[in-house]
Amino acid sequence: SRSSSQLTDSITSLFTKRRLDEDTLQDFEDVLIQADLGVETAMRITDRLSEGRFGKEIAGAEVRRILAEEIEKTLVPVALPLELDLEKKPHVILVVGVNGTGKTTTIGKLAAKLTRAGLKVTLCAGDTFRAAAVEQLKIWGERTGSEVVAKQIGADAAGLAFEAYDRALENDSDVLIIDTAGRLQNKAELMAELEKINRVLSKREPDAPHTVLQTLDATTGQNALSQVEIFRNVSGVNGLVMTKLDGTARGGILVAIAAKHRLPVYFVGVGEGIDDLEPFKAKDFAGAIAGLPVT
Amino acid sequence: MFDSLQDRLGSILNGLTGRGALSDKDVSAALREVRRALLEADVSLEVVRGFTDRVREKAVGAEILKSIKPGQMVVKIVHDELIATLGETQVPIDLNAPAPVVVMMVGLQGSGKTTTTGKIAKRLTERQKKKVLMASLDTRRPAAQEQLKILGEQTGVATLPIIPGQGPVEIAGRAEQAARLGGYDVVILDTAGRTHIDEPLMVEMAEIKRRAKPHEILLVADSLTGQDAVNLARSFDERVGITGIVLTRVDGDGRGGAALSMRAVTGKPIKLIGVGEKMDALEDFHPARIADRILGMGDIVSLVEKA
Ligand SMILES: Nc1nc2c(ncn2[C@@H]2O[C@H](COP(=O)(O)OP(=O)(O)OP(=O)(O)O)[C@@H](O)[C@H]2O)c(=O)[nH]1
Ligand SMILES: Nc1nc2c(ncn2[C@@H]2O[C@H](COP(=O)(O)OP(=O)(O)OP(=O)(O)O)[C@@H](O)[C@H]2O)c(=O)[nH]1
Ligand SMILES: [Mg+2]
Ligand SMILES: [Mg+2]
Repeated sequence: SRSSSQLTDSITSLFTKRRLDEDTLQDFEDVLIQADLGVETAMRITDRLSEGRFGKEIAGAEVRRILAEEIEKTLVPVALPLELDLEKKPHVILVVGVNGTGKTTTIGKLAAKLTRAGLKVTLCAGDTFRAAAVEQLKIWGERTGSEVVAKQIGADAAGLAFEAYDRALENDSDVLIIDTAGRLQNKAELMAELEKINRVLSKREPDAPHTVLQTLDATTGQNALSQVEIFRNVSGVNGLVMTKLDGTARGGILVAIAAKHRLPVYFVGVGEGIDDLEPFKAKDFAGAIAGLPVT
Repeated sequence: MFDSLQDRLGSILNGLTGRGALSDKDVSAALREVRRALLEADVSLEVVRGFTDRVREKAVGAEILKSIKPGQMVVKIVHDELIATLGETQVPIDLNAPAPVVVMMVGLQGSGKTTTTGKIAKRLTERQKKKVLMASLDTRRPAAQEQLKILGEQTGVATLPIIPGQGPVEIAGRAEQAARLGGYDVVILDTAGRTHIDEPLMVEMAEIKRRAKPHEILLVADSLTGQDAVNLARSFDERVGITGIVLTRVDGDGRGGAALSMRAVTGKPIKLIGVGEKMDALEDFHPARIADRILGMGDIVSLVEKA
């Protein structure tokens, strides 16, 4: 993409026949900042880069490689495949996140993956607030051949989740995926409603929801860190999906999130289509931040 | 979080009492902290660079007001420059054109276009007594047209009937015609979200513009956007020539640096802000409030103003 080639150009020009000095490191840190790593994380990685290399001549390609490696080190431990405990039937996946980050679309894509793997999936239209959120999920239900449990707008989401659990039991589903309304993490009242879904579900099945996925929009800046912090506390997020990586944003805040929270990152969204959900690969993600050519 | 700029500047500059003007050295030290503060607020790096250059020019040699500390003096200069960059005056939606005036909404996926379409329609209907028609040109996202239809029902604003199978450009034409025949004052076109490097969709957006001849093209953008703000604002502006920006999710606790980035690279005014999901959660843009938020403070500014 355009931005990664811009990064490539800038790093190459920065480091061709240049000594690794303060100015060079500063420019280098800037490259990371432009990928949304944040000042602190960018400084930390730059410091590591300079260790043992300060004052030495170093070429652009080499710097890119080391940079990618440093970022990759942080990301490798969180690059895990989503594994569902199918002993729990239905295995309950709750999907949460800030407005418009891609919850409903990710649910559709995930349902497609699971049904293709031979699992029976039920979807719960737990966004009972936003206009046509139910209709949107129903279309994904049709696309993936999954039953959708829904109620009218304004219905209690927790109550609906409870009913959907029973419905999934009844229709012998392997997986129940619950959509929720988008909400900003600083809205205490809305966050409390989310908490209620967990509380109500656990009355039905103590371990439910078994998986709580949070979607993060790759174009989001430093606020994504606080999104994870609070959603994790309130709804027990235990896995992340980063969406919209098909644009020019690199989603570098994920590096800080990985360092701080060590939550698995299961997938990345790379488009609006049903197949545009890919496993998160630490090496590719780090390479894109560092401006390495796509392999 | 943000007492920090004041604190950091304080520890650097507060030793300088008794001198009359800010020296180049003092200012440089302070600007390093300002730079960091802006980056932490998600202001795009290239915009930060230009910004700190302008602050430097204004700060070096500036007389320090007797009643405040040098650190506070720098913060005041930064704050004033933030407001100048964000745009000092409020620029409302311009409806000064022959009816039906076409307003086109564009932006990335999920930025808030459809919601904002409903909010603006409601506002124009209620406050300016305009007869408004809304039309969804989003034939891509599941239930996108249905979403606008429901918002129309909620707000009592007319929506263009959905005809399955029509493409966006065709719908734009039909909307314009329906607005003309129906005696509407304003027609708002909600478009599908698109990534600015998705060439076919960017071409489609330009075609919609050609067909609909909008008087206003509003870029709807998330105030939580990070460094990508410059790329997206510039791309949309280059491709269709936006006339203004609407920032959404300002009710979040983001620092909102994207506002500064987008305004700086396009020069286009921020016309409105979205402050919630409900249809009345739309407000005029006040640069001082966003400036305070970017700097994460209110106190020092009022202190300076009293000085
Ligand atoms: N380009 C791109 N667009 C995406 C991706 N994932 C989702 N989208 C789009 O982003 C927009 C918002 O997605 P939704 O799935 O509706 O997001 P949401 O989190 O459910 O939104 P709310 O329910 O309103 O909070 C839609 O236009 C999606 O098509 C992605 O990976 N890439
Ligand atoms: N908190 C808050 N949420 C908002 C605001 N504006 C929009 N939203 C929410 O953001 C989500 C996406 O809004 P939409 O209006 O569907 O966004 P869009 O740009 O039309 O999305 P696509 O058509 O899929 O590209 C919804 O959940 C809205 O309720 C706002 O100012 N504040
Ligand atoms: Mg949704
Ligand atoms: Mg829309």
